[in-house]
Amino acid sequence: MQIELTVNDKLVTWDVENDEFLADTLRAHGFLSVKKACDTSCCGLCTVWMDGKPILSCSILAMRAHGKKITTIEGVSQAAEEFARILTAEGAEQCGFCSPGFIMNVLAMKNELDNPTEDEIIHYLTGNLCRCTGYMGQLRAVKTYLGVA
Amino acid sequence: MEAVNLRNVGHSIPKIDGLSIATGKPAYTEDLAMPHALVLKILRSPHAFAKIISIDTSKAERVEGVECILTYKDVPKVRFTLAGQSYPEPSPYDRMILEGVVRYVGDEVAIIAAVDEKTALKAMKLINVEYEVLEPVLDFEKAIGHPSVVHFEEDLTCNFDIGLHKEQNIVSSHEQAVGDVEKVLKDCEFVVEDVYYPQAQAHAMMETYRSFTYQDYMGRLVVVSSTQVPFHIKRQLARALQIPATKIRVIKPRIGGGFGGKQTGAGDVFAALVTLRTGKPAMIIYDRQETFSCTTSRHAMRIKVRLGADADGFIRAIDLEVLSDTGAYGEHASTVLSCVGEYTLPLYNKTKAVRIRGNAVYTNKMPAGAFRGYGATQGTFALESAVNKLAERLAIDPTEVRLKNISQKGETFLTGHGVQLGSTALDRCIKKGREMIGWKEKFPRQTLSGTKVRGVGMAITMQGSGIANIGTASAEIRLTDDGNFALLIGATDMGTGCDTILSQIAAEVLEVPLDKIYVSAGDTDTSPFDPGSYASSTTYLAGTAVLKAAEELKGKILDQGAKFLGASKENVIFEELSVRRIDGEGEISLAKIAEQTILGMGNLQLAAMATHGSQISPPPYVAGFAEVEVDVETGKVDLIDYVAVVDCGTMINPNLARIQAEGGIVQGIGMALFEEVRYSNLGKMETNTFMQYKIPCRQDVGNVRIAFEESYEPSGPFGAKSIGEVVANTPPPAIVNAVYNAVGVQVHHLPVTAEKVFLEMLKQQ
Amino acid sequence: MFTVLDMAQPDKLEEAFEILTKRKNNTILGGCAFLKMSKKRIGTGIDLSRLNLDYIREDNGFIVIGAMAALRDLETNALLRDAFGGILSQSVRNIIGVQFRNGVTVGASVYSRYGFSDLLTALLVLDTEVELYNGGKMPLRDFLQKPYEKDILVQLRIEKNQRLAAFSSFRKSASDFAVLNIAVSNLDKQWTIAVGARPGRAVIAETASRALSQGHLSAEEIEAAAKIAADELSFGTNTRGTAGYRKALCQVLVKREIMEVLQCKSN
Repeated sequence: MQIELTVNDKLVTWDVENDEFLADTLRAHGFLSVKKACDTSCCGLCTVWMDGKPILSCSILAMRAHGKKITTIEGVSQAAEEFARILTAEGAEQCGFCSPGFIMNVLAMKNELDNPTEDEIIHYLTGNLCRCTGYMGQLRAVKTYLGVA
Repeated sequence: MEAVNLRNVGHSIPKIDGLSIATGKPAYTEDLAMPHALVLKILRSPHAFAKIISIDTSKAERVEGVECILTYKDVPKVRFTLAGQSYPEPSPYDRMILEGVVRYVGDEVAIIAAVDEKTALKAMKLINVEYEVLEPVLDFEKAIGHPSVVHFEEDLTCNFDIGLHKEQNIVSSHEQAVGDVEKVLKDCEFVVEDVYYPQAQAHAMMETYRSFTYQDYMGRLVVVSSTQVPFHIKRQLARALQIPATKIRVIKPRIGGGFGGKQTGAGDVFAALVTLRTGKPAMIIYDRQETFSCTTSRHAMRIKVRLGADADGFIRAIDLEVLSDTGAYGEHASTVLSCVGEYTLPLYNKTKAVRIRGNAVYTNKMPAGAFRGYGATQGTFALESAVNKLAERLAIDPTEVRLKNISQKGETFLTGHGVQLGSTALDRCIKKGREMIGWKEKFPRQTLSGTKVRGVGMAITMQGSGIANIGTASAEIRLTDDGNFALLIGATDMGTGCDTILSQIAAEVLEVPLDKIYVSAGDTDTSPFDPGSYASSTTYLAGTAVLKAAEELKGKILDQGAKFLGASKENVIFEELSVRRIDGEGEISLAKIAEQTILGMGNLQLAAMATHGSQISPPPYVAGFAEVEVDVETGKVDLIDYVAVVDCGTMINPNLARIQAEGGIVQGIGMALFEEVRYSNLGKMETNTFMQYKIPCRQDVGNVRIAFEESYEPSGPFGAKSIGEVVANTPPPAIVNAVYNAVGVQVHHLPVTAEKVFLEMLKQQ
Repeated sequence: MFTVLDMAQPDKLEEAFEILTKRKNNTILGGCAFLKMSKKRIGTGIDLSRLNLDYIREDNGFIVIGAMAALRDLETNALLRDAFGGILSQSVRNIIGVQFRNGVTVGASVYSRYGFSDLLTALLVLDTEVELYNGGKMPLRDFLQKPYEKDILVQLRIEKNQRLAAFSSFRKSASDFAVLNIAVSNLDKQWTIAVGARPGRAVIAETASRALSQGHLSAEEIEAAAKIAADELSFGTNTRGTAGYRKALCQVLVKREIMEVLQCKSN
């Protein structure tokens, strides 16, 4: 079927299969920042925004994006880079494979929560798994970024 | 070279690739694959042990869009190992690309290559396989002498005598003894004896195994692979596919984590075979289920420990008896087994006798393989749990027992062939760690309420830095035509940051800013040989190779500069990117030297290459301390605080070292509390998703605090040792000990679950 | 592999129901996070996005939750955070992660009646009604006992009263499925205790609830009610825990949640 959606502020018309998931559609159209790692909707690597809310693009049918506004990290490059600089200053990107999805959720959290506590930060980011860093460096980076350190 | 006044080494420089990968630039295998590459799927065995009676692929082949379907009839009849180890590999050649026998649930039966995934999966369903199901060997404690023989084939071979007795399902036997353990134990005032079961653990790196292959314009096979060992993969493919190594090029792009998993080959050989047969680009991506159930895990083990101490609390005898479950194929079986002792026995050197004996056995389960810690993790769990038990028997504080018994700088140890310990700060690590955790106030327990009790526990560990006399690394540095430097390395950055720290070492020696150097790595066509990133080798071995190459190149630059300036080498110096005469009578910039040597009639590109291997493998150390809170009504264990104090010699990049340590500790916490590779009673893996196999999430790990106590390792670059693996080892014994100190429950089978603790507490009542 | 041959996006419930019942493998699509793992072959997938069922609102003394509201909406909705000690918000807040909860719908969670569901256990101790397109309104507890029938869950209706409630789930790791989950509520001295992830579907511990309602809430009576709950319910074994352990946990957690409700009462 054909869907019309806005991807990173650009209106596009794409042909998608009925059972195609948004992450695959995005990758097929060159948004290679979108990673997949679990097949079971629980690792958070494929996080993008739908109408500003963070979602798992691997688990949302592409057709559901019809009429919606999808944002990938390519669409928020300035904010993403600002946070990525802090993250890499901690060394907390390590293999980097989970970083784009993680960064999208961090930016979503910044938009959604005011002055979150450490517990609220950890809770908001729980759906983003990382096997390299042990999470502590990511937390330091987030706190620095939000100015709650 | 002392680590003082350094501009690059010792500084927390962000990774040179960090910003790019963090913001999602295309850099990983799948990102680089050609859009129309064939998609591969593997038909896998539903049985733990079976012979294939017949395979009918005719229906499947007729599906539109299917390119080829390959079975055991279509592969070279040669056995090889997927273990990424230096040739000659100590792992047995016990597998074929596809075989008429399947040895675990998930073993490969057929390769399907099609235009897309849907087509490949559709075809897979149409393949008809008839099996003769055999009785599988599932319990590793019953493998030896089991009526079923996992590898009954005649053509299985080994490069060494690793003690293989395949008719008994023993893939490797190992014994190392110094002194008479039985006699010394008999003379000991205190003897503790116990059995521990470190479990199989999944690497669970975020990027699953994947490989993309094509033939280049010369007809050579190019393999873009998410691997830690590109050179080993090349050699493996040459043997398995029976083609000359000159026809193969392996490229490692950015990879999304490895933890040792990607030291063993996975899908490369299937994709490569399809490309060779079809001439077309092919890509294989293991899904998460395949990654969990059809690759490798940590070796599950049973380790019996006996420790003897004299009346003064000196440990006089250590005896380890190991049974290791290597699964269906023997990748890393013998070496992981021997490393159980290799990386534990030297911790304590007041011993008069030490011994390790053991077997690695075949079973009909997923193969075990290399995993961060590589036997040391399992050995540390057993030995350190026993030392904690001994401390209690001796009525000496566990930290003091360690301080009394650990090996000191300049000392030797029984299994060390007289080699003196070049560096250790382990005593400082222990003292610092117990201060940070508040050991004196908190040991052994504090009761918070009627239902909550907190306990603290500790453990120490060591690892190596590279493999003595085997590990090697090469590096080349060139002065480029534009006056910059190309650093060519075979070391494989898997996110750990070695491209960055090796650049830091080069920049330090060459006395140039880091941005004057670019790295070219992980391509078997262009990189100098490096076995790959494993065995905690890269900083120590590749780092030294880079250091040597940089020193040589710097000498050449000085020579050449002096020549241009009409001076002798002794009368020039290198500073601010120029060679200057000491008398101030002239200078020539690096750019100018490059221009005048490389371009025009210079006829000389300055370059240096160095190879480094080491006769020793100096140990890094960690002292780990855990504080847990146990709910006495439910048995639930919450990790409150984990302190690890690390001696990795000089830190080349403190932030990257810290992240390595934090990540390793959390992987160890996962092993201690949450993770377990589990099978059904038919041998099917039950923990094959992140829903069923729980790696720690960020709410699970409490607070992890890392501190460093630097030592200076004379044989390492700028005094550095390794850090990659040693950090994974302390959490299991430290956390188990903390739980014991809280509620008196000693867990022998990892992981520590609430239910196990609860049931043991019930028994005590 | 999850496949959907056809897709329909009806504008009316009537139309949706018609398509649903036309063929056996026609299926309503919730958020698809669970459906995707099922490897189902779906004939016509029915997407309810156009029916505007993603509301949470107060209506004539009821809190009404549309089937397409996301779990994350339950978690953050101000109305639900205030009502019944916020147990609906609490019951969903540890399910995987924010992104997951933004995708998963209330309708699919309730309709699927998963044994591990945290939400069902919490809903069960409230005065919750399920409204089905074809089957009409019925109490949640009746719905849970009905056999699976093809229907469309339109909305949940929860009587907005002064019920005090508490919820907790016991997990091996924070983002895992629960080993056991417990909800307890109290209204006008009537107590309701529900236990889920046994690992079977959530049920009410009727005898224990009655016993507690009839007593004076002494420490001994609370302890006794918790024991009755553990004894009257059945527990099973799966990879997260054995039946025996769940039974033991049940007693401890029921006691704690009763105490928790009493705490909010005194506040």
